[in-house]
Amino acid sequence: MKMKKVFVIVLALILAVGCIACFTACNKEPAEEETFAGFAPIAKSNIKMGLITLHDSHSTYDKNFIDAAEAACQNMGVQLVVKSNIEESDACYNTAVELVEDGCNIIFADSFGHEPYILKAAKEYPNVRFAHATGTTAHTELVPNFYNAFANIYEGRYLAGVAAGMKLAELVEEGKAAKIGYVGAYTYAEVVSGYTSFFLGVKSIVPQVTMEVTFTGSWYDETAEREAANKLIKNGCVLISQHADSMGAPSACEEAKIPNVTYNLSTKAQCPNTYLIGSRINWAPYFTHLISCTINGVTAVGFDWVGGFAEGSVEITELNTTVAAEGTAAKLEEVKAKLVSGEIKVFDTNNFTVNGSKLTSYNADVDSDANFTKDTQAIINGYFAESLYRSAPYFDLTIDGITLLDTKF
Amino acid sequence: MHTKKREPFIHIMKRADMPAWKMWLIRAVAVLIAFLVSGLVCLILTKGQHFGGFYSEMIKGAFHGTRIYSLLQSWAMLLCVSLAVTPAFKMKFWNIGAEGQTLMGAFASAIVIWYLGGKVAGSLLIIIMLLVSLVFGAIWGVIPALLKAKWNTNETLFTLMMNYIATHLVLFTINQWAPDGSSKIGILKYGSFSSILGQKYIINVVIVTVLTAIVFVYLRFSKHGYELDVVGESVNTAKYVGINVKKVIIRTMILSGAICGIAGFLLVGGSPTPTLNADLVGGRGFTAILVSWLSQFNPIIMIFVTFLVVFMQRGSSQAASTFNIGDSEAFNGVIVGIFFLLVIASEFFVRYKVVIKLKKDKIKAVREGGAK
Repeated sequence: MKMKKVFVIVLALILAVGCIACFTACNKEPAEEETFAGFAPIAKSNIKMGLITLHDSHSTYDKNFIDAAEAACQNMGVQLVVKSNIEESDACYNTAVELVEDGCNIIFADSFGHEPYILKAAKEYPNVRFAHATGTTAHTELVPNFYNAFANIYEGRYLAGVAAGMKLAELVEEGKAAKIGYVGAYTYAEVVSGYTSFFLGVKSIVPQVTMEVTFTGSWYDETAEREAANKLIKNGCVLISQHADSMGAPSACEEAKIPNVTYNLSTKAQCPNTYLIGSRINWAPYFTHLISCTINGVTAVGFDWVGGFAEGSVEITELNTTVAAEGTAAKLEEVKAKLVSGEIKVFDTNNFTVNGSKLTSYNADVDSDANFTKDTQAIINGYFAESLYRSAPYFDLTIDGITLLDTKF
Repeated sequence: MHTKKREPFIHIMKRADMPAWKMWLIRAVAVLIAFLVSGLVCLILTKGQHFGGFYSEMIKGAFHGTRIYSLLQSWAMLLCVSLAVTPAFKMKFWNIGAEGQTLMGAFASAIVIWYLGGKVAGSLLIIIMLLVSLVFGAIWGVIPALLKAKWNTNETLFTLMMNYIATHLVLFTINQWAPDGSSKIGILKYGSFSSILGQKYIINVVIVTVLTAIVFVYLRFSKHGYELDVVGESVNTAKYVGINVKKVIIRTMILSGAICGIAGFLLVGGSPTPTLNADLVGGRGFTAILVSWLSQFNPIIMIFVTFLVVFMQRGSSQAASTFNIGDSEAFNGVIVGIFFLLVIASEFFVRYKVVIKLKKDKIKAVREGGAK
């Protein structure tokens, strides 16, 4: 029992020391910070870009960034350092600081959860440019060296949806139901915006289409995605698409001979009989933009940068002609031209209803705050203006025709 | 008929009388060989370009600039979890649930910050965090112990399954906290004490160092430490000498769980950017098991083993990134794997003697020599 007492006393001592130290340290100001002096042009040979990814190239999402960064850096003649498998914790902040120490002038992180750590590093190192994909706070923080970026991927998904619609029309003619399925990761605006635009693309060809959506609660979970796809197939869905990063759903479709629309990569090699088409974000144009701003000393990179078809940021992956309906390629050209010209608006309120009625006004949660306040009117000129007020998507409505099988994530 | 019995080429003999310095020499040689083999692997993977560079990158990855603080933090956290699993292992209670127990500790700290942050004084908040983390960790540790003591359930399976429950409790809670569906809660504004003692993470290093001393003293000199040793050696002996085995099991798992709780507390509050996610512990609960075994359950040896493991991990991921060797995680797994494999394999030479083809009389002499 004596030892127990000693043990308790020592523990209490640690506590006491901790408290005292805390009282003395709580008021301490952080070390003096560098000041922002505006960006001067930098010679190409001195430019180094650091890329922080959540997983590694086994994840299609991260591979998409790594490939684009390699292409852009090689093209622009600057160096690239990739740090993969960086968690969304202080590991991310530490890695950013290490990259600064190693001489990086541009640091880019690819995961939503990296944002607060990158922002913290950006505030501490004002002479280094920090950019972040899918983030939401650059337009409210207004830190001169911290930027968000995304792409109008909803247009790409809409276009892929058109190809899926052509295929679905063919299947309906064969007597199948006009019902499709979608495997999502989370009930997060980026995913909601993605499946809704895909659905609207299909709907533009097959007006009576309905869609079931199920969520896996993970961006990468091969088993869960496979099971989710199988569940949808069992429910009678005749075509499947997904927004998650593994081969789970595509391979389940290949086994069940169900056409599949992918995201971020073509699965034609693995799924030759069911891969139809896909959409992807090409990050190379943004990386090129960042690098050229750095070379030329441009400060106004843009707090929220979005690229579309015109910039080459949104792409559709190869069309599998053995699966696609006849005339798909020509139709895609036509619709793409209209998307680029603005003749077609993906979220045109004439094309969908919410709870049976047309949308005339909707406040979206654009500015991040602790209470997730719906703060900004997103309906302008008869359409939902996606990615206008900030780069990351904020369309989070459930429109008629889409059934969510679960919303637990 | 007289048949001539052939002597095998290699004799393996058990030995018990190796001097300590020789044992440590063997282990040190194993570590050196591990470094050498790692360098060779790097040489092969970079198509013959980098051998010497591998070592300088290792050192850079571990010590250069602010990396030293990350190294110290990784070291302190792995050591803390290793300390936590040790008392139970010494008792031959196979607790592989340190991952979950630590996560529960972190979870507890995050809950306190989430609901009390900004409402109570900063230092009080931190004390509450510590206490709640201790309790959560201890509860997660004691549940399998209670069932083991009561119904003799299998603690290996039980503690493993408790990990999954902890992970999903955290995932579920984060989903509740982040209603936008992103499953990210970002940086918590309160509850960080990492600025105490100046540089980030130093406070963690100090706390874990003190903890190491306490655990060492507890295991080596206290009655409790002796009791759990006896239970580990033989339950029947323990019963015979009047030790209450159930009580020892439960008490030790409370201690193990509570130290995991401290680890979780340090992972959250000891970070300059406190947060909670299901991957926060990052597999340390499992690496700690290897570390604890390699250190022969001795906290002092653990200090060095943990340091080596962390050095290998951080150094090799730097090398992987610089030389573009696949994905950093994969290469670093190979390097740490080589280290563990060689060091564990070297124990063979500590316990056995290898004799290559000798004359009969010589073998006899060796055998006699070994028996003296």
